[in-house]
Amino acid sequence: MKYESQRVAMPYFIFALVLFAGQILFGLILGLQYVVGDFLFPEIPFNVARMVHTNLLIVWLLFGFMGATYYMVPEEAQTELHSPLLAWILFWVFAIAGTLTILGYLFVDYATLADVTMNKLLPTMGREFLEQPTITKIGIALVVVGFLYNVMMTALKGRKTVVNIVLITGLIGLAVLWMFAFYNPGNLTQDKYFWWFVVHLWVEGVWELIMGAILAYVLIKLTGVDREVIEKWLYVIIAMALITGIIGTGHHFFWIGPPEYWLWLGSVFSALEPLPFFMMVIFAFNMINRRRRNHPNKAAMLWAMGTAVMAFLGAGVWGFLHTLAPVNYYTHGSQITAAHGHMAFYGAYVMIVLTIISYAVPIMRGRPYGNSNTAQIVEMWGFWLMTVSMVFITLFLTGAGVLQVWLQRIPESGEALSFMATQDNIALFYWARLVAGCFFMAGLVVYFGSFFIKGQASPAEEVRGPAPQEA
Amino acid sequence: MAERFTKSMARNIYLGGSAFFVLLFLALTLDTQVRAMPERDNRDQLTDQVVRGKHVWENNNCVGCHSLMGEGAYFAPELANVFNRRGDGDSEVFQAYMNAWMNAMPTNVPGRRQMPNFNLTDEEIEDLAVFLEWTSKIDDNDWPPNIEG
Repeated sequence: MKYESQRVAMPYFIFALVLFAGQILFGLILGLQYVVGDFLFPEIPFNVARMVHTNLLIVWLLFGFMGATYYMVPEEAQTELHSPLLAWILFWVFAIAGTLTILGYLFVDYATLADVTMNKLLPTMGREFLEQPTITKIGIALVVVGFLYNVMMTALKGRKTVVNIVLITGLIGLAVLWMFAFYNPGNLTQDKYFWWFVVHLWVEGVWELIMGAILAYVLIKLTGVDREVIEKWLYVIIAMALITGIIGTGHHFFWIGPPEYWLWLGSVFSALEPLPFFMMVIFAFNMINRRRRNHPNKAAMLWAMGTAVMAFLGAGVWGFLHTLAPVNYYTHGSQITAAHGHMAFYGAYVMIVLTIISYAVPIMRGRPYGNSNTAQIVEMWGFWLMTVSMVFITLFLTGAGVLQVWLQRIPESGEALSFMATQDNIALFYWARLVAGCFFMAGLVVYFGSFFIKGQASPAEEVRGPAPQEA
Repeated sequence: MAERFTKSMARNIYLGGSAFFVLLFLALTLDTQVRAMPERDNRDQLTDQVVRGKHVWENNNCVGCHSLMGEGAYFAPELANVFNRRGDGDSEVFQAYMNAWMNAMPTNVPGRRQMPNFNLTDEEIEDLAVFLEWTSKIDDNDWPPNIEG
């Protein structure tokens, strides 16, 4: 760690991981409710548990991105953070507001929550992923603006690297697109259309810039490959992401009202959306093959490779599986969607945050060469348990989805099974998914355990070829 | 990548490509919203009551279990076509059905998925029913494939 102020990333990472654990716990509750319908009813109805599960994910990823940014930007800019105090204040504001919102979901009836937070004045609640009370949405906007101010002041006074520029561009995009969360017209088709400006243009747009920048940064550090080479790759990857992903939004416009030309535009462009993820795989493996040093933090290297591969599988392959309009006509809003959602979020965004945590946290704890071998082995067990479990969760949900489409969607009216009858028929897949979910939780516990193993790796860094230039 | 392909070329593809596609997306959005949608979402029937019904839908987080036009959660049935499925396309039948349904919740059948009772007033149930009826008439390229949603 070159700059003392980078250390402010630590509370962000810790809080992110705490929320991650909460997310998985509620995931297990949901998984059980899928098969034991009245589990925890009426204390925690499904809709509440789901809201907690998805909102925790979004909030902890934001904490992760912010931690990553506070760690990366000063080092890239070669200067101290503009205001560590502001970063600490915003941390507590965001942590308290986030916690209160989640507690509100759990302990206050949703309609009452809408009432007491005066949703009437500016109705924004009750839409998928945007369930937060309007006041929380305003809070998120203010925290992000303060965060961007802090980060940009830092970046502007120092060295301007491509990693910093791409990262901050992605974060500005995140902030700007968040504004659409406040637009909720009475016309449902318009509401849905612009709702995707937040949801799609985040995860299949600007978040890919953030992911690309973090991956590039970690690869520069771990492999010692010339920055010029890595930056060129980064530009090509994000170019592909935006060229395919922006019009690719059209794959959400098939069945919610917009005109038919979106069937073509959405199909063609989103069919190309796997490209940037495929390039990330090539990029990561290429850089690692061309490495000029063997960094002793093997666990971070594993996460970096893992996120590229799993993002390609989850976002790329599982996205492509159901993105063509003639296929999507039958799979839209089925368990296939859930399968894709799980692996894509885990592969792309969960794993990229865990990658930077794996790289940066040992350094912040005074272990520049990474954790001890034992700790790394335990961390890698966590990696494999969680990742393999997620593969199985995805496969089981895909099985459930295929059967659901076969029973409920493909037959004519009158012959097709009803939604609930179909659910009974695919329950076995839900049980299997629940078991895989329990293994995921076990993996998370193992992963957490790795943080409590003392010691650091030996500084035996083997340099191949000429010493890396100032990275 | 070949050495002839320089970083500044990559940057120009990124800047030019994303600028072009942002502008194209904005143009398509304008066309969709201004020209195409008014003919597809029957907004001439978008009454105050429909909007009130949408707020009932939102304030009770219905999308946390159900999907609407395929979006939402997948725990409970699709509702964009429930007007046709349960109301047989008839407003009065559907109103009566909705009233009976909402007041019968939860079923409390052991082991079955439970829908909470949201304690809606008769007026709120009517607004919600009108909202779902309006939604069922949006031109959504004939989705879902059959009546089961």
